[in-house]
Amino acid sequence: MAQITFISSDNKSTVVSGNSGNLMELALQNKIEGIEGNCGGVCSCATCHIYVQPEDWTKIGPPNEMESDMLEFDDKTTNYSRLSCQIQVTDAIDGIVVNVA
Amino acid sequence: MKESIFTDPFKKARQETGIGEMDDQNDPVAMILGHKEVRRAAHNWKSYSSGAIPGRIVIPSEVNIRSIRQIPFEVDPPQHGAYREVVEKWFKRPLEKKYEEELTLQIEALVIEVLEQDSFEVIHDFALVLQSQALTLLFNVPFEEAQTWISWGTHVFRSKDSALDGAKANVLYDYIDQKLAESSSNPGKDFYAVLLAAEVDGKKLSAEEAKGVLILTFAGGRDTVINAVTNSIAYFAEHPKSLEWLRKEPELLPTAIEELIRYFSPLTQMGRVATQDTMVCQHAVKADSRISLCWASANRDETVFENADEVVLDRKANPHVAFGFGTHNCLGATHARQVMKVLLRTLIAKVKSIDIHDAKDNIEDLGDFKRKVGFDSLTVKFNKI
Ligand code: HEM
Repeated sequence: MAQITFISSDNKSTVVSGNSGNLMELALQNKIEGIEGNCGGVCSCATCHIYVQPEDWTKIGPPNEMESDMLEFDDKTTNYSRLSCQIQVTDAIDGIVVNVA
Repeated sequence: MKESIFTDPFKKARQETGIGEMDDQNDPVAMILGHKEVRRAAHNWKSYSSGAIPGRIVIPSEVNIRSIRQIPFEVDPPQHGAYREVVEKWFKRPLEKKYEEELTLQIEALVIEVLEQDSFEVIHDFALVLQSQALTLLFNVPFEEAQTWISWGTHVFRSKDSALDGAKANVLYDYIDQKLAESSSNPGKDFYAVLLAAEVDGKKLSAEEAKGVLILTFAGGRDTVINAVTNSIAYFAEHPKSLEWLRKEPELLPTAIEELIRYFSPLTQMGRVATQDTMVCQHAVKADSRISLCWASANRDETVFENADEVVLDRKANPHVAFGFGTHNCLGATHARQVMKVLLRTLIAKVKSIDIHDAKDNIEDLGDFKRKVGFDSLTVKFNKI
């Protein structure tokens, strides 16, 4: 089981846990405010944008080319931006904290 | 096995120059064909504006038949965002459980009805009906209102004889005027009332502005949804194994829907007007001339999509632009996706297979390019499970 903390834009933090699927799906299951996942996770909408904490960046790693092409055009993108649909929920990301963009 | 093959007429031009050229009522269009370039131009609203005179960014241009600005579609940032904010929440309602349940009842009833018929014509007897009925949910108006909308036919500005029919548009305008008048004296819980109560930058939306939103909602979601529905039915008729696959693995539905929408790209392109002299793919674009964002071509870009000309229902990475990209991305996408999800769920539950009896293609004439966007008619039989 991986435990993940989501912080929404109104600063509400929610701790959730999971061991399968991707982070966007986990957020939807737990009704995290601000994560929409409109396209169902195929990387065509950017409505599941999150910021990873700098200290967690190595656990998660950088986006691939397709994802970074998508992020490039989002005005809210920072150096710690990811699309949560492209992050698998496994033990490797246990304990991370992410902010909803 | 050919009715559901939609070839890509843009391939050669996309690979060679990245630009296609077409004339449209003496207002030529430089069509941007590559995926990256389309996304870049869609993002760059400062150089490529939607706020031109009403109708000009549409291809074929509606300048001669429409003077009302469609909102938020023909407005640039920052004003665009203010308009969009007042309607955004309303357009998310398709995600609510009750909406999905009512949509399911509508579509199941329709499928059960056509299952009893020896054959039926999909565009008029199924897709148009489905689309109109579903739209009553988005408007939150009585189901019976769909009858009136069905009587308008598949496209609100087009008729059999003419791609742009001013008289036909007036039917829609008069209808909207009447509904807005009724709503202002006796507001209900519908879309009209929401618009008339909305405030943008501290000012109430005017009747003219509300009308601009409503025309767009009627026009934008009509032939796009009809084509998505009809083309998908043609696809499953010719790919019974795909229907079986989804029956066994319904968790694939969201991915499958994105892929069908990528492949069919129901809206071929949308124009913009250049605000300054610029260059696209080494092609000079003069200020005040038109470009287009060719979603249909971008969605077949072989540098982005492997096997771009095939329907791959479990395509995991699918950064398609069928619903547009950036600022003006489709406001009705939540509704359209929900319609497709409920339709496919109903098909896999009730329909064993589909036979095509007759098909007539709807081919768009885009200068050098001829693109199949759907069907003028498609006659089929649904076989029961
Ligand atoms: C499969 C069906 C659909 C497709 C493929 C589609 C496609 C698109 C595309 C490509 C755009 C971007 C236009 C641009 O950039 O200028 C767009 C915008 C829009 N669409 Fe759709 N659409 C669909 C269904 C709908 C439905 C059902 C509605 C409403 C009932 C709708 C309402 C709108 C509106 C209001 C906009 C303008 C948004 C803005 O300017 O901010 N669409 N659509």
